Amino acid sequence: MRSFQRRLSDFDARGIRIVSISVDPPEINRRQSQKVGYTFPLLSDPNAEVIRRYDVLHPGAGPKGGDIARPAEFLIDSNGMVRWVNLTENIAVRAGPEQVLDAFNQIGSAGQ
Amino acid sequence: MKRKWNWPIWVGFVVAVGGLFSYDFFARFPITRDFPWANLLLFGIGVVLLIVGLFRAFGRPQLYRGKIFGSIFTAIALFLFAFFGYEIFYVLRQVPLSSQAPRVGEKAPEFTLVDPNGRSVALADLLSGSKAVALIFYRGFW
Repeated sequence: MRSFQRRLSDFDARGIRIVSISVDPPEINRRQSQKVGYTFPLLSDPNAEVIRRYDVLHPGAGPKGGDIARPAEFLIDSNGMVRWVNLTENIAVRAGPEQVLDAFNQIGSAGQ
Repeated sequence: MKRKWNWPIWVGFVVAVGGLFSYDFFARFPITRDFPWANLLLFGIGVVLLIVGLFRAFGRPQLYRGKIFGSIFTAIALFLFAFFGYEIFYVLRQVPLSSQAPRVGEKAPEFTLVDPNGRSVALADLLSGSKAVALIFYRGFW
């Protein structure tokens, strides 16, 4: 996520908005945003409702056996359609900003 | 005659332990998180030094110390290495299938969630006036 913040100007220039979703409550997200300097919104889904809706729940994987989100990235176009999905097979390996920007450039060149 | 300090055992042990405990640090950078080569390198260096130390301890026991503690340290280092490998190459790959996750070409499910300032943010709000929205789900618990 830090890498997305570093490349934020590239996302801004293309009109792509970044948001992240986790089970962390707003207070934690506020603290983390201040600490790291995130300027895109870290959204809170404490009961994992949206995480379930997107079927990216990792049951029992939280520190105290709680349900959390697995890492996953989606690119949604202005019509609300999913245009690119990344579901990692390894929790430690996540999509970086370059992959998302590449995906955006490809759907752009496909003429939408 | 007092036997010599068998430094490769000590240094190797410290480096191997460092290979495990430096993971939190190296996991902060994609280049050393996507594949943990930095940690594996530390383990490798540590184990090589331990083996060098053991050869000295067993080959010239009248000159070097470390037959017993060298063996114990090496066993601990190998155990930590096995634990690390299990975590990295097995546990981290236990990811749910997410077979019902929205696919390319499908409508993204609507949502409204709260941002760090307590404001509600809906997907529709994010989409209006932008070309695209990148949605990043992450594990949290910082």
